[in-house]
Amino acid sequence: MIRLEAIDRSFQVGGEWVHALRQVSLEIPAGDYVAIMGPSGSGKSTLLNMIGLLDRPDRGRYLLGGIDTAGLSEEGRADLRRDKIGFVFQSFHLIPRLTAAENVELPLVLAGIDPHERKARVADLLRQLNLSDRARHRPDQLSGGQRQRVAIARALAMRPAVLLADEPTGNLDLTSGREVVETLEGMNEKGISLLVVTHDPAIGGRARRRIRMVDGLAEEGA
Amino acid sequence: MRTADLFGFGLKALGGARLRTALMLLAMTIGVAAVVMLTALGEGARRYVVESFSDLGTHLLIVLPGRSETTGAAPPIMGETPRDLTLDDALALARGRDVEFVAPLMIGSAPASNGGRQRDLTVIGSTWELLPVRHLRLRQGGFLPKGDADRASPVVVLGEKTLKELFGNQSPLGAWIRLGDRRFRVIGVLEPLGQSVGTDFSDIAIIPVASAQALFNTSSLFRILVQAKGREAIPKAREFILDTIRARHEGEDDVTVIAQDALLSTFDGILRALTYTVGAIAAVSLAVAGILIMNVMLVAVSQRTQEIGLLKALGATQPQVLGLFLAESALLSILGAISGVLVAQGVIWGVARAYPAFPIAAPLWAPIAAVAVAITSGLLFGWLPARRASRLDPVLALAGG
Repeated sequence: MIRLEAIDRSFQVGGEWVHALRQVSLEIPAGDYVAIMGPSGSGKSTLLNMIGLLDRPDRGRYLLGGIDTAGLSEEGRADLRRDKIGFVFQSFHLIPRLTAAENVELPLVLAGIDPHERKARVADLLRQLNLSDRARHRPDQLSGGQRQRVAIARALAMRPAVLLADEPTGNLDLTSGREVVETLEGMNEKGISLLVVTHDPAIGGRARRRIRMVDGLAEEGA
Repeated sequence: MRTADLFGFGLKALGGARLRTALMLLAMTIGVAAVVMLTALGEGARRYVVESFSDLGTHLLIVLPGRSETTGAAPPIMGETPRDLTLDDALALARGRDVEFVAPLMIGSAPASNGGRQRDLTVIGSTWELLPVRHLRLRQGGFLPKGDADRASPVVVLGEKTLKELFGNQSPLGAWIRLGDRRFRVIGVLEPLGQSVGTDFSDIAIIPVASAQALFNTSSLFRILVQAKGREAIPKAREFILDTIRARHEGEDDVTVIAQDALLSTFDGILRALTYTVGAIAAVSLAVAGILIMNVMLVAVSQRTQEIGLLKALGATQPQVLGLFLAESALLSILGAISGVLVAQGVIWGVARAYPAFPIAAPLWAPIAAVAVAITSGLLFGWLPARRASRLDPVLALAGG
């Protein structure tokens, strides 16, 4: 499903070259549950952005669902991202002026889906995530856990094959954090691949598989 | 992405920054309103002049004794006149095929009296044809009798002011007044006209041209007014007048013919150009409003960097992000333009009510052009911020940089 072959990626930060990914090769079959762990600056987020098609490798090959992404135009990558990948961020990234329902609807709007169908899907997603009574609330009227669940609903709106979560519990208290992780795992049980970047061993320990990033190198952990 | 959603998203984004949106709308409104109002003023001035001239008669040709070499300049009223225009000249002109009416005109001054009331009056000698040629209307009684211009009937038609001065509140019809050493019977009173270019018709007395010849003891006419049968007939009528007078004046071109129409279209052209100029100057404010939109949209792009990163993470393509931000600029300029047109129409309506005599009205092209320029400048100046947004790197944008 996801296949990375000898990916290299480096950036210049403040005049110095940082080698964020070195020869990273990785295979993640559909439906897997992977935790990506490691200290900050080790390249975890770069790996996630790479898999999420937000970043391009300097060298190496990346195949998503059998498609070689190197040959895709910017637009092709955007379409693939929209159809196959759902992002969940540490800071939620909800649009403050839109209601919960409108935030969830956003990917469907961008995809040009019929408004009736959109309403039905959004209502369904909000029900799944126990947010039906919060549909008309704006993000500043929601608790942290509720915000993250809205973000998860948004990530699921296009029925993606892969969920990419970057420190999804980083801004949450323990209880809401566990709730969010359980929600994500629930989606994984329905067959969606789940990749979680975290430095919290308690969360990393729940995954089926752990990948440890150290200084741009990825190693399979126990 | 659907167009309705594109604009819906833009509307919500504008609603999210109310003060900024209101200020930009204000700038656009002022720009568009300025264009529409100033062109309406220019157009009003043009109509005012055109209407004033129309009171004189639109297909009018004026025949003056004396040759003027320069056309279009002031006619030489006090110039040497080799040969007088006579009533017979006027009657000869009436036979032209392209001529509708001919009104001979004599002007002089005579002391007028009615019992004890006395004053000096401008006396015009003419025929019935003066009525249609100068678009005169009667308030009471009738005008000079139709028919034989050589008959010196002792009748007079008074202007409104003259009437008041000679009769006060008495009824004048049928009464006799004295003009110079002759007595005339009042047969009609003119309706007061609005301020009209040329003679003030409220301060006069009109008598038959033959009576005026006797009163002033001269046979020469001040001028002859000729009304052509239509706008197209004017050049032919002019030709006919010149030919006829030349034939009657032993081959000499000793008259000047002024076409009222030519004068009118000159004024019309000048004022139209003025309107365009004023409109173009006002349009500069639209460009300023456009630059303001660019500024504010650039600020919006840097404030909403994370949102742009998110949109890209959700699968928005570069053209989509570009479209979203352009839609916002377009909405600002469209809404601003609409409110500008409404404000301008309100002001024009107010002015029209306050000064009913001034025919202020925006020409049809003005709001259309103003709105088109507003939208164009909104899109043009919105392009740069929108392109900047669409080109943001999603990873950096999500991180807030």
